Amino acid sequence: MSLLTPALQDEIRQMMARYPKPRSAILGALHRVQEELGWLSPEAQAEVAALFDMPAGEVDSLVTFYYMYFRKPMGRYVIKVCRSISCYLRGSDQLRCHLQDKLGIQRGETTADGMFSLVEGECLAACDGAPAVQINDRFVENVTSEMLDGLLEELRKGSSRFPAWPEPCKP
Amino acid sequence: MKVKEQQQILFKSRQIENIGELDVYAQHGGYEGLKRALAMKPDDLIELVKASGLRGRGGAGFPTGMKWSFVPKTPGKPKYLCVNCDESEPGTCKDRELVEEQPHQLIEGIAICCWAVGIETAFLYIRGEMLEGYLALRKAIDEAYKAGFLGKSVMKSGYKLDIVLHRGAGAYICGEESALLSSLEGGRGFPRLKPPFPAISGLYACPTVINNVETLSTLPHILVNGAEWYAGFGTEKSKGTRIFCLSGHVKKPGNYEMELTSTMRDLIFGCGGGILEDKELKAIIPGGASAPMLTREHLDVGLDFESIAAAGSMAGSGAVVVMHQDTCMVGAILRIMEFFEEESCGKCTPCREGTRWMRDVLIRIHSGHGQKSDLDLLLSVCGNLAGKSFCPLGDASTSCVTSGLRYFKDEFEHLVEHKKSKYSLGAYDPRLVAAHH
Repeated sequence: MSLLTPALQDEIRQMMARYPKPRSAILGALHRVQEELGWLSPEAQAEVAALFDMPAGEVDSLVTFYYMYFRKPMGRYVIKVCRSISCYLRGSDQLRCHLQDKLGIQRGETTADGMFSLVEGECLAACDGAPAVQINDRFVENVTSEMLDGLLEELRKGSSRFPAWPEPCKP
Repeated sequence: MKVKEQQQILFKSRQIENIGELDVYAQHGGYEGLKRALAMKPDDLIELVKASGLRGRGGAGFPTGMKWSFVPKTPGKPKYLCVNCDESEPGTCKDRELVEEQPHQLIEGIAICCWAVGIETAFLYIRGEMLEGYLALRKAIDEAYKAGFLGKSVMKSGYKLDIVLHRGAGAYICGEESALLSSLEGGRGFPRLKPPFPAISGLYACPTVINNVETLSTLPHILVNGAEWYAGFGTEKSKGTRIFCLSGHVKKPGNYEMELTSTMRDLIFGCGGGILEDKELKAIIPGGASAPMLTREHLDVGLDFESIAAAGSMAGSGAVVVMHQDTCMVGAILRIMEFFEEESCGKCTPCREGTRWMRDVLIRIHSGHGQKSDLDLLLSVCGNLAGKSFCPLGDASTSCVTSGLRYFKDEFEHLVEHKKSKYSLGAYDPRLVAAHH
């Protein structure tokens, strides 16, 4: 059975038609597939490769190059802590350690209940609001440990500010 | 001492509520610049932008009108504009504000540029992490199509223009213009050999202009107020204003638009309100992590391209990062190097290996295991990287090390000798670094 629904396949074909060469739509297609499936499994990548008439290995080479693509199932909320110089000077390492303690996980890991993943990001262009984090690619700026505690509570209840990633499809 | 205030051109409408919406933007003079541009011959428009003295705001500072004039006038292959909104130079956060808050100003600038160069398709490459900017732009582009500012006949002129919004997926290197083209074509973001330059052979091997968001967002104002008006701001060679992204240890971090006659002092102590907790200023990065660091001795350096270059650094992306007296400079430099090591694309050996070597040697010094010879080793790696890597990322990675050893060598030596930093912020802490070292 296909992982990519017919509607999603149509959407990707429409994206391809916007460019002089269809291959230009590959990054956008991978974003959309990840939004639907939660991550880019080898099977999902193979289906994208077939749509673009590309070898699966080439899709894999893109998925490994661009760090926003998930190559394993992630939590419903991916918390990305900026670690670059402006946030570093404003205490981003301490924030990250606080999250590690609170969630009981290390960088790159997901909590056992599948709720949270903790990752580090390079400069997120929120230097004037350092330290900054992103929750599912939405910004939170001038972050403190207390704010993080409140955010985790908010997310556990389900938050309209931060749409959750879908339940990741089975590996 | 009296400090210079902000001079707002791009940020003139910053405080207006809902300026991101087309109706509000139009009520405040929006798309008037495009109307004037369409009434001009494209060649005259290029001359106007040349006369304004506008230089690219992405980092290199190349004259914008001249860049446009390199595109061949002969019909044949299609021509493209690629808008570089892959802002990811550490410390830089201006393009994000410009697209999130004032997307129509950018769209109008794009249309002006495309009319001048004879382009019918523009690709707007926005970095993947800027989801909110992407959504703001998508909405604004839809509005512009519906109102006839984009599409089959721009403002009923018969001129056809499309904008394709394109999301990146996380890679600093894609801000380098030739890597951006590789990424847009659906490949890894690997830089390309130049020449041929993009103006001759760029996207899909067609003539291509690549301009930064801030550069394009300036154009409507030049059209409405004139080239002479714009050239009336700034210095002889650096005209106009520039948005500076002030961050780090200042009381009021933020994006500040300043005339290019202002100084570091105006920015840091005027706009920024001085150093956090009134501590002593120690180091300034004047143009993003790629720019060599300066010190408090450089507070009276002008913010224009030439003055910063004369002080031994570069204006780069306009990101000014400030560090105060408690900062361990070896720790800060290590953090910058970790960025370059992570973001090196891997295409060429000097950069891929060199950034890793420098990071490892810096970790060794920072953690108290350094040797005296490590300082020379760092400089030796820099020498084997600068000018020998495929693209400017490799050169950029050496800036923090060479300038750090120029101004803060005593901190390196102290760490080697005493195995421990004198400074509280960023001193070695095994808990903070253990997971990835």
